[in-house]
Amino acid sequence: MNESSKTPHGGKAIISIDDLSFSYDYGKTDVLRHISLDIPAGRVTAFIGPSGCGKSTLLRCLNRMNDLVDTAKITSGRIRILGQDIHAPDVEAIELRKHVGMLFQKYNPFPKSIYENVAYGLRVQGVKNKAILDQAVEESLQKAALWSEVKDRLDFSALGLSGGQQQRLCIARTIAVKPRIILMDEPCSALDPIATARIEELIAELHEDFTIVIVTHNMQQAARVSDQTAFFYLGELIEFDDTNTIFGNPKAKQTEDYISGRFG
Amino acid sequence: MFKVTAKNSRASKAGNPFRSSSSRRRFHDGLGTGLFAFFTYFILACVLGIIGKIVWDGAPVIFQDEAPFLNTDFFAKSPMTLHEFQNEERELIRLDQDDFVEFQKNNPEAVIVNEQTHSYSGGGILGPLVGTALLVLVCMLMALFVGISTAIYLVEYAGEGRFVSILRLAIMNLAGVPSIVFGLFGFAFFCLSPLFPVFTETPDWEKSLFAIPIWFTDGYFSFQGWGSSLIAGSATLAVMVLPVIVAACEESLKAVPKGFREASMALGATKWQCIRTAVLPYAVPGMLTASVLGITRVAGETAPIMFTAAVATKGKLPWQDAGGSGLSWLSNVLTQKVEALPYHIYNISKLPANQALDEMRYGAVLVFLLLVIGFALISVILRSHYRKKLKW
Repeated sequence: MNESSKTPHGGKAIISIDDLSFSYDYGKTDVLRHISLDIPAGRVTAFIGPSGCGKSTLLRCLNRMNDLVDTAKITSGRIRILGQDIHAPDVEAIELRKHVGMLFQKYNPFPKSIYENVAYGLRVQGVKNKAILDQAVEESLQKAALWSEVKDRLDFSALGLSGGQQQRLCIARTIAVKPRIILMDEPCSALDPIATARIEELIAELHEDFTIVIVTHNMQQAARVSDQTAFFYLGELIEFDDTNTIFGNPKAKQTEDYISGRFG
Repeated sequence: MFKVTAKNSRASKAGNPFRSSSSRRRFHDGLGTGLFAFFTYFILACVLGIIGKIVWDGAPVIFQDEAPFLNTDFFAKSPMTLHEFQNEERELIRLDQDDFVEFQKNNPEAVIVNEQTHSYSGGGILGPLVGTALLVLVCMLMALFVGISTAIYLVEYAGEGRFVSILRLAIMNLAGVPSIVFGLFGFAFFCLSPLFPVFTETPDWEKSLFAIPIWFTDGYFSFQGWGSSLIAGSATLAVMVLPVIVAACEESLKAVPKGFREASMALGATKWQCIRTAVLPYAVPGMLTASVLGITRVAGETAPIMFTAAVATKGKLPWQDAGGSGLSWLSNVLTQKVEALPYHIYNISKLPANQALDEMRYGAVLVFLLLVIGFALISVILRSHYRKKLKW
């Protein structure tokens, strides 16, 4: 096994991926090949690489979002989160997703009120107590740095918010369920630079409470927000190390070429 | 200078290099355009002709000069016989059956000369109108329930595959089946076969497959078939409109962004929670509006209800005719024959013409047309309303 695929800090791994191969066409062609990667708890890990390198696919494996694709198939290896194999027969994807939240590329609040958006995750879990919901909504919005902007219009439609606010609302919605891990799939790609900066600040604050895995196209962003970075190319993990090392002194030639902008 | 020859004379004579090269080509071009335009306007003329004729002849029947401007008798009475006679002063008098009976009762000595009766030429269209409304309502409930369920299965659960494609093709093919075939199918399946239960206190043991006594009443659910009835006609119409409804509902479901489903699932919702809370609320308005249009289409069908539900004439409205109370009343309403507007129009069109009957025909057709246009309008208004409201 590749030496660099272990947690760079030697810290405790919360997600450990072992020899994972994944296919979108019943196993005919693998879009991820023999990925082994340990993601440490309480830190921000960035996945970078050119389009089609499999970084988003890997992210979607981590909360079994790929289950929604009929033709998807894991062809080898396993993923352990908090020590549990997430594809074990007695693991239910729904329970897993309560612990592994996800933020999407295109902010996608429901066309409901701001309050209902944040309360959604708790409601589907059966929470009906208004006081608990109220508190969770306020806490989550505060953590997502949105409370002061929306506290007077919680009953207004979420679609009236700006793009950046909508994405922060999606963050609030995710953290209301109190996941251990938050997966972010290019969370800023649809946002302007100022909104992006606010999300990045938020990521820096959130990583104290959550383990964050972020997929990004933007290498500067990876450099700014992450503690360690994994570089993927053509479905393979090329290099995984401290962000400073990846961007300052990469070991692999392909990594160096990519971060210096020679391709991708 | 070169000599002007026949070949290049056109270009050089006027000094205009863009002059039309051939009058023949221009003629063909014009002919083509004219032909296409002609057929287009021909269709327009047909539509205007049909609607114009109906409105021209029908409007005097259903509207009147003085308040309330609507011929209330036409809407408040069911079809009945018209009595035409002359009185002492040889004045022509026309009275509906009920008015005629009243007249004779009040004036036993009245002179009635040259009395003629015209069946179906008097009264109004209350019965057929109510019948069609009930058929459409029950049909809509059935078709929406089955159609939405099917669409949800196809879009959200079934995934893609050969079997699902065949399934979809089969549903679509239903749309191509002639309406009389639906009529015969409905008659055999819903009316005659003992697969469908009626609630009754006296099961027809000859026909009944079996009957389940219902403990809190005196009655039974008797599986003896629906017979020719409101519910059988509605079910036949519902089967007929299903392909339209399923297609419309599928489109509405697909129009809901994938992001809603993903977000919902990522928050730990089950599949059904996801569909119920993050997909259906945004798809239902589209489903309803599109379905209304489809249902308008079958509301006009005569063939499917000819054997399964319709009756030419009926004294009372369905709910006046039904005995019993509660469940048995409901069952009685649903299992009796009804008059229906398209069937009524068909019937009165077969009869030999007279002036009064002509008025009835055009009046009925105009009301029918307005009804259909009204439904279509409602659907369009609903759609634009929800389009504005549900934007993402």
